[in-house]
Amino acid sequence: MTKSPSTCGRAILPAPDALHPLASRDGDPVFAEAWQAQGLALADCLVRAGVFSADDWAQSLGAAVREQADTTEGYYLAVLSALERLLDDGPLTSDQIKERRDAWARAYEATPHGMPVELENAP
Amino acid sequence: MSSFDPNKIADIHRHLHSHLPPEPALRVKAIESLLVEKGLVDPQAVDAWIEAYTEDIGPKRGARVVARAWLDPAFKAQLLDDAGAAVAEMGLQGQATGHLKAVENTPTTHNLVVCTLCSCYPFGILGMAPAWYKAAEYRARAVRDPRGVLREFGVDLDESIAVRVWDSTAELRYMVLPQRPAGTEGLDEDALAALVTRNAMIGTDRDLSPEAA
Repeated sequence: MTKSPSTCGRAILPAPDALHPLASRDGDPVFAEAWQAQGLALADCLVRAGVFSADDWAQSLGAAVREQADTTEGYYLAVLSALERLLDDGPLTSDQIKERRDAWARAYEATPHGMPVELENAP
Repeated sequence: MSSFDPNKIADIHRHLHSHLPPEPALRVKAIESLLVEKGLVDPQAVDAWIEAYTEDIGPKRGARVVARAWLDPAFKAQLLDDAGAAVAEMGLQGQATGHLKAVENTPTTHNLVVCTLCSCYPFGILGMAPAWYKAAEYRARAVRDPRGVLREFGVDLDESIAVRVWDSTAELRYMVLPQRPAGTEGLDEDALAALVTRNAMIGTDRDLSPEAA
């Protein structure tokens, strides 16, 4: 009879986070980056301004979260897509947003470090 | 799970070689500047919102509501009947408190709140929802296996205690009125409020400690 290879070593146990996927996130910061707070703030200000209803917002966000990773980053990317889609149905087109995004990107690239970034600086 | 996305790789390279903000930050900036130009949002209101929700408004407001309900039976009756009005009476009305419903834990009932669609939450009095509340994992499991979710949060519920799961929506958001811990008879509203945890008002915490953490 041959000896079976040794199986000693690490016990095969799931990491604690896998056992407690929710509780392990209990202390996570609500916002990991400034844009996440800004995106949510814009959405809430637009609900309050009546640009779209709270229910439209919930429906749009609900659809968007299903398309993103189940993480804090994924959640706020969903906030952003939901916002863009609702605005595209209303006061802003996606082309306008894209153009403005590109203008900001040019402004950032044209602005020396340490100087305030102004849209007028976009070449 | 990782995958190769040439656009993402190109993005990463761009960010390494410039001081461009991350892509979502640029998109948010684009949207905000357009909305401000069109007069649809006030930049000061956006800044005030961020300041309030990242610093001022945590679950403390909700904790005060709970403490008041523990001390004042008439207020508690009003809270359970029309939470929006009760909260407004305390001067705490704000975003997402208009359609608020308070559900009461008892020795035989435990309440758990979820938003199965997205992340509807009475943030005007509880502050921003915790990360796990927005997770697909929670949204699915809170309904399918509420006792398992509670165990994960350290609440081992006796089988004799019924669990009610409430699905918050944009039009109706729930908060849990937890039970007052024994041994807190002499405490005033501030001292009681200090015992109330955010999770107890969502329902992932149940037996509050009679002493502040």
